[in-house]
Amino acid sequence: MNFDRLKEKLEILADAAKYDVSCSSSGGTRKNKKGALGDSSASGICHTYTEDGRCVSLLKILLTNHCIYDCAYCVSRSSNDIKRAAFTVEEVVDLTINFYRRNYIEGLFLSSGIFKNADTTMERLVRVAKKLRLEENFNGYIHLKSIPGASDELMEEAALYADRLSINLEIPTESGLKLLAPEKNRADMISPMRYIQNGIAQYKDEKKIFRKVPKFAPAGQSTQMIVGATNENDLQIIKVADHFYKNFNLKRVYYSGYVPVLEDKRLPSLTTEVPMLRENRLYQSDWLMRFYGFKAEEILDPNIPFLDLEIDPKLSWALRNLQQFPVNLQTADYQMILRIPGIGLKTAKKIVHARRFQVLNMEHLTKLGAAVNRAKYFIDFNSGNMYLRYLTDKNFRKLLIGGSASKFHNQFSQQLSLF
Amino acid sequence: MTTLLYDGSFDGLLTAVFEVFEYRYKDVEIISKGRFHQENIFAEIHDVITQGDKAERVFNKLEQNIGKSGINQLLKVYLSEDPGSEQIILSAIRQSIQLPQENILLNYADPDILKVSKICKSVDRETHRMTAFVRFEKMQDDVFFAKIDPDFNVLPLIRKHFKDRYQDQKWMIYDLRRHYGILYDLENCDFFYPDEKLNLEQYQQKFHDEETQYQKLWQRYFTKTNIVERKNLKLHIQHVPRRYWKYLTEKT
Ligand code: SF4
Repeated sequence: MNFDRLKEKLEILADAAKYDVSCSSSGGTRKNKKGALGDSSASGICHTYTEDGRCVSLLKILLTNHCIYDCAYCVSRSSNDIKRAAFTVEEVVDLTINFYRRNYIEGLFLSSGIFKNADTTMERLVRVAKKLRLEENFNGYIHLKSIPGASDELMEEAALYADRLSINLEIPTESGLKLLAPEKNRADMISPMRYIQNGIAQYKDEKKIFRKVPKFAPAGQSTQMIVGATNENDLQIIKVADHFYKNFNLKRVYYSGYVPVLEDKRLPSLTTEVPMLRENRLYQSDWLMRFYGFKAEEILDPNIPFLDLEIDPKLSWALRNLQQFPVNLQTADYQMILRIPGIGLKTAKKIVHARRFQVLNMEHLTKLGAAVNRAKYFIDFNSGNMYLRYLTDKNFRKLLIGGSASKFHNQFSQQLSLF
Repeated sequence: MTTLLYDGSFDGLLTAVFEVFEYRYKDVEIISKGRFHQENIFAEIHDVITQGDKAERVFNKLEQNIGKSGINQLLKVYLSEDPGSEQIILSAIRQSIQLPQENILLNYADPDILKVSKICKSVDRETHRMTAFVRFEKMQDDVFFAKIDPDFNVLPLIRKHFKDRYQDQKWMIYDLRRHYGILYDLENCDFFYPDEKLNLEQYQQKFHDEETQYQKLWQRYFTKTNIVERKNLKLHIQHVPRRYWKYLTEKT
């Protein structure tokens, strides 16, 4: 093995892959077969974190950064003058296995620039996964990028060997996509997704009848949208996410604040800040939809299609729906307890357990892990609660904001000056 | 006040609990012999001799009352090596005996039970971190070797994870602080207790030929996958506290 050459390729192709944030290893349930390598558990593991604070769970690389397309937002676009490289199938397999053996990673996340055409590219990606599974007996996690326009046959094969498949929508709106990636079309992205979705549904049906059906993309599909490259609003983004969760059964939608790396008059200028706070609010909203029982329409009002940067979307909902409060901890149902600002999933569960044993008061709440400085305004206790008088106060919102220092304070003040 | 001294094992602890009930001690503390230094002149000493059948009776009772997962939580409290762990476990068991119909471990409003849940959370976090931050290094004899130094005694809790994962390579995980480890030799996966501390001098000279190459590749990967424009060291350190850095190949 020529380690110097390999190192050079790895540097180029890891660098080119880093903007894809959908790097999780969750949802895999590949049990180790006797004597083989690897076992993936449903929850996934972050083996380290980059200095930007993101989880490193998978070896995330491109097979190649050669690309025939010229998408404006992408560093690998054909018109960009950068170093190009391509791994061989064997090299990717070797890196994956050797990193996995040392417990650096949970598996592989392989994407690629499109060389020649969609099928040639997809075929090469599939070959890596196939070799890992069949020749190396590898049971770790494999996430393959689906190449828009790839044939059904190749998608079928990909789903047999990969745990997760994904196609990045990248640009939330169709018009945005036309502007920034004129050679791509949304239909080419959707059709492989639809194919996989049907395959997964069919697998589940067959699984009920036959015990041994080969796994079919067991960790499902995900997608990513870039936020802030075009001028879509948050309501549009959330609606798109909601649509894909509902109609394509996606496991995850990722939001990636646009990092300005390229000079192009269609894009925000190079000096634009990465919209990290907005990205964070979108993740919070996504979380509310997936785990807290919120509907997309509840999170944003069509008249105000942007998420409040000053406060999180749950608090924002509470302030728009004050008539639903206060909530009595002793009697309210779990769904409503979940909606109290300052109370998370785990605390809500603990509350419904603990209240069977005794009457809860404010002190218990702190111990159960609630953010009491926020929650206290929204809760009614059997013994009464003096903070409730603020609920009707005109300056309630100000009071809440004053009471919590934002970790994004710096960035926030910069964003404010834009308005 | 009676002080029960036990041998430090989990079975020993359960035996001690049994004897608290057997002798109807009210004002009592349970202490591991290894940790017992100063004699409390007012305390009466009761030496506990670990007995499998007594431990088992406590175990079975607990299994009825709080289930396997409940016992597991108490085991984690024990493995936390928290100075108060014996008292907390005793208190939880006493409550469970009083209210056998309920899973007493859900009564988070009780201070001792809340401690059980807090300690379990810390132990779980450390366990999870060890499954994440263990770094194997391939040695000349083809064994993948890893050193750890966890805050809690989590080796028993991570054995299964690594056993399931690495079945076609020999590996060893060694706890530097507690001087014992797990060894998998392609057939068995057992704990080993060396008579003397392992000699880890000139350790790197025993690396397999390729080892440093893969370490370099990993370090380069780690650097290149970072997005400089999004740098957030505070978050980074929150996820990977400094005390773990010494074991991380990518941080050296
Ligand atoms: S097709 Fe993919 S790799 Fe090629 S330029 Fe577009 S986004 Fe980049």
